[in-house]
Amino acid sequence: MNAPVQTAEAREIALAGMGASRLRKEDARFIQGKGNYVDDIKMAGMLHMDIVRSPIAHGRIVRINKEAALAIPGVHAVLTADDLKPLKLHWMPTLAGDVAAVLADEKVHFQMQEVAIVIADDRYIAADAVEAVEVEYEELPVVLDPYAALLPDAPVLREDLAGKTEGAHGKREHHNHIFTWDAGDKVAADAAFDNAEVKVSQHLYYPRVHPCPLETCGCVASFDPVQGELTTYITSQAPHVVRTVVSMLSGIPESKVRIVSPDIGGGFGNKVGIYPGYVCAIVSSIVLGRPVKWVEDRIENISSTAFARDYHMDGEIAATADGKITGLRVNVVADHGAFDACADPTKFPAGLFHICSGSYDIPAAYASVKGVYTNKAPGGVAYRCSFRVTEAVYLVERMVDILAQKLGMDKAEIREKNFIKKEQFPYTSAFGFEYDSGDYHTALKKVLDAVDYPALRAEQATKRADPNSPTLMGIGLVTFTEVVGAGPSKMCDILGVGMFDSCEIRIHPTGSAIARMGTISTGQAHETTYAQIIATELGIPSEVIQVEEGDTSTAPYGLGTYGSRSTPVAGAAIAMASRKIHAKAKKIAAFMLEVNENDLDWEVDRFKVKGDDSKFKTMTEVAWQAYHQAPPGMEPGLEAVHYYDPPNFTFPFGIYLCVVDIDRATGETKIRRFYALDDCGTRINPMIIEGQIHGGLTEGFAVAMGQQMPFDAQGNLLGNTLMDYFLPTFVETPHWETDHTVTPSPHHPIGAKGVAESPHVGSIPTFTSAMVDAFAHLGMTHMDMPHNAFRVWKELKARGMNL
Amino acid sequence: MAKKLINVSVNGKAEEKAVEPRTLLIHFLREELNLTGAHIGCETSHCGACTVDIDGQSVKSCTHLAVQCDGSEVLTVEGLANKGVLHAVQEGFYKEHGLQCGFCTPGMLMRAYRFLQENPNPSEEEIRHGMAGNLCRCTGYMNIVKAVQYAAKKLQEPVTA
Ligand code: FES
Ligand code: FES
Repeated sequence: MNAPVQTAEAREIALAGMGASRLRKEDARFIQGKGNYVDDIKMAGMLHMDIVRSPIAHGRIVRINKEAALAIPGVHAVLTADDLKPLKLHWMPTLAGDVAAVLADEKVHFQMQEVAIVIADDRYIAADAVEAVEVEYEELPVVLDPYAALLPDAPVLREDLAGKTEGAHGKREHHNHIFTWDAGDKVAADAAFDNAEVKVSQHLYYPRVHPCPLETCGCVASFDPVQGELTTYITSQAPHVVRTVVSMLSGIPESKVRIVSPDIGGGFGNKVGIYPGYVCAIVSSIVLGRPVKWVEDRIENISSTAFARDYHMDGEIAATADGKITGLRVNVVADHGAFDACADPTKFPAGLFHICSGSYDIPAAYASVKGVYTNKAPGGVAYRCSFRVTEAVYLVERMVDILAQKLGMDKAEIREKNFIKKEQFPYTSAFGFEYDSGDYHTALKKVLDAVDYPALRAEQATKRADPNSPTLMGIGLVTFTEVVGAGPSKMCDILGVGMFDSCEIRIHPTGSAIARMGTISTGQAHETTYAQIIATELGIPSEVIQVEEGDTSTAPYGLGTYGSRSTPVAGAAIAMASRKIHAKAKKIAAFMLEVNENDLDWEVDRFKVKGDDSKFKTMTEVAWQAYHQAPPGMEPGLEAVHYYDPPNFTFPFGIYLCVVDIDRATGETKIRRFYALDDCGTRINPMIIEGQIHGGLTEGFAVAMGQQMPFDAQGNLLGNTLMDYFLPTFVETPHWETDHTVTPSPHHPIGAKGVAESPHVGSIPTFTSAMVDAFAHLGMTHMDMPHNAFRVWKELKARGMNL
Repeated sequence: MAKKLINVSVNGKAEEKAVEPRTLLIHFLREELNLTGAHIGCETSHCGACTVDIDGQSVKSCTHLAVQCDGSEVLTVEGLANKGVLHAVQEGFYKEHGLQCGFCTPGMLMRAYRFLQENPNPSEEEIRHGMAGNLCRCTGYMNIVKAVQYAAKKLQEPVTA
């Protein structure tokens, strides 16, 4: 029984495989209110947990009085660090090799730190009980500036580490010092500077920001005392890692711990870490023998779960007089807050920051990063970014602009001059990364032509010459390269687990399929795009391929979704698992057609006998055969598992150009034009790529133009509500123009590089580049973000340019 | 706490329930009625994830008490589709890729549903202002604008038998 004969093209279109703008499978449930997010989950007998938090940033806990809270009807328990101590659960390991307090142990280290938990019948009673818990503090001096934290007489923040001179990443030089990590060749870089014809240097502050997904963090923990099994529904981008950590912490065998990430309302790095709230909910469920739900509110989310950035960077570039870069040096002081709880690969406490030589052929480079404790919330996560790549790209792009200004060169010209050339790939950077592929010159030319760059510069010159122009016009240009897809397990692990990822595919007898993955979508549409890869690889329509992820009891072990690693790592695992199935299917087809395997050709969805189009077997027919009667000597069934350990990272790149008009009266900025060309290698679903790019650009716009987390001198966070913390609405968000080139990754099975983070990483320095450019004729070489109207107006005023 | 009896029609179904006076509408819908479509993103009226329709107006249900709905008609995202046929705004979001994580989507849909009755033929500018009370962290809004335009067009097509 052969399928109706159609042309190969028609059959290929019917598969909706790679390259198709397939509409999203996930949408059906989301548009009908049938998503299943953590807060939607209810269990019989479920209790609610809420957290008592510190109002002060640094102090000793003198006394905690639970009585009034416990007296409220419907309150089941109030727990503090003293209650967790006998279980040894009052501290927990962080993913960065430090420890963090689950509940404050004698001391609080930042405002809104978790001090006690209450468990009650519902969330209203729990909130009442939180109010009723009385905590008395003795205030201690607060340290907010990481440079001040390193002064000899700075207060000791982490008394629990007293006397520890060795940290997880080497020697600790000071009681508030976490690590110093360096990369590159210092001697070579110093020599480049000694011999330089031109040098520029600049201090850049990358502000503390928060990923702020629309859904906050939370979980529902349910311990079954009879079976000794723990199930936890959780807002996690890495459920398998959570399972391993929970098992290590609780002593429950990993086989009896089930972690489920259901639908997740955005992550952006905020949902990689393991938070005290999760641990407390799990402990409460074990102690009380009932399911316990904890969902934080927005203020708790912004104040206490992982922030990003907070990098104080000193950059220096050495160059020849005609603009060829000869050296790069970077010194960073990184504010990690009270506990070192970023989620970088173990060997890289500053993540992949050493991509900071960017798209340029720089012969000598050196970077040093110092991590420091302060009285702020812990974190330093990769906010829509592959482990500090955003900071790195910001640094190098700012420095190249500054060099161009010093030399009087155009910013496009200096980039063209220093680009790694197409024929230099694979290219090994001064920091040791092996860039897989790229064609920067072609991409840059495409963008400059598309926007008519010379005309923009001419318009700008006219405006600058006109003293009555009501606006300042700026043109930003950024040509970035990312390093994503962490990563080769020889280099990258988290808590000792290599950063591979996995896929298990089963083809059912009637030719439909299920694939299970170690990643978890937080909006990237894995159910849609992963099926497209399988459709192309195996000739099964994507419509009948189910993709499941997020349940550790059914999915193979994977490291999760962050750092643009899903497509580079899990996407490769899918292709490889598919190819195992394909190889077996071919043997079965040969048996069915009574020919030698080598006499078969693959065409879209079928194996054909070479030279005879009438003789073929479709994948559906092969699947039936595999279960009905496998060839003699062959195992029945048609399935495969693959754990993919990538040989290298992937290196997507992009060229972004932005035109701004700054109102000289108000300091308000209009983003007149934003043109984003991305090259993420092979494109699986163009519609979804475009959506990811719009989203990333918008988050980049938010960071550059408005987001900040200011603290007052006492350590109170002044920007922890959506009233204060800038999330762009429909009105401010610019119109985005997108474009692409395709330079596949040569080492990836389908050539894909990953895309979701590029627009965030690339757009932020583009905005700054445009803003500074607007003032460049007035002598400005840099201004720190965010470029909100008030800050920009002050710059106008300082130069007598305000109207 | 003493409870108060309320009568409210939710998605066309009459509900008579005793609620605490302090119960927020969002919690009443989600916890009492198991309608978990409307989401909680901020509880301070900023994000719009909790948007529902009450007596012909968009309301952020996180800052509205359940008792205020006594005698009202409430429509939530679960009531948008009609006998299995998607509403034009739902179809628009699907066709124009107007959602990613989906967390803002129920609120967006309910606002779009009401907005298009207030302004059946909006310009892009009007859509952007009319929807500005709803935040999305994923999409960058461009495709949501397209989704609303799709729905506006579809709602104006003459109804075919
Ligand atoms: S939850 Fe109601 S507006 Fe955000
Ligand atoms: S789709 Fe994620 S917040 Fe809008």
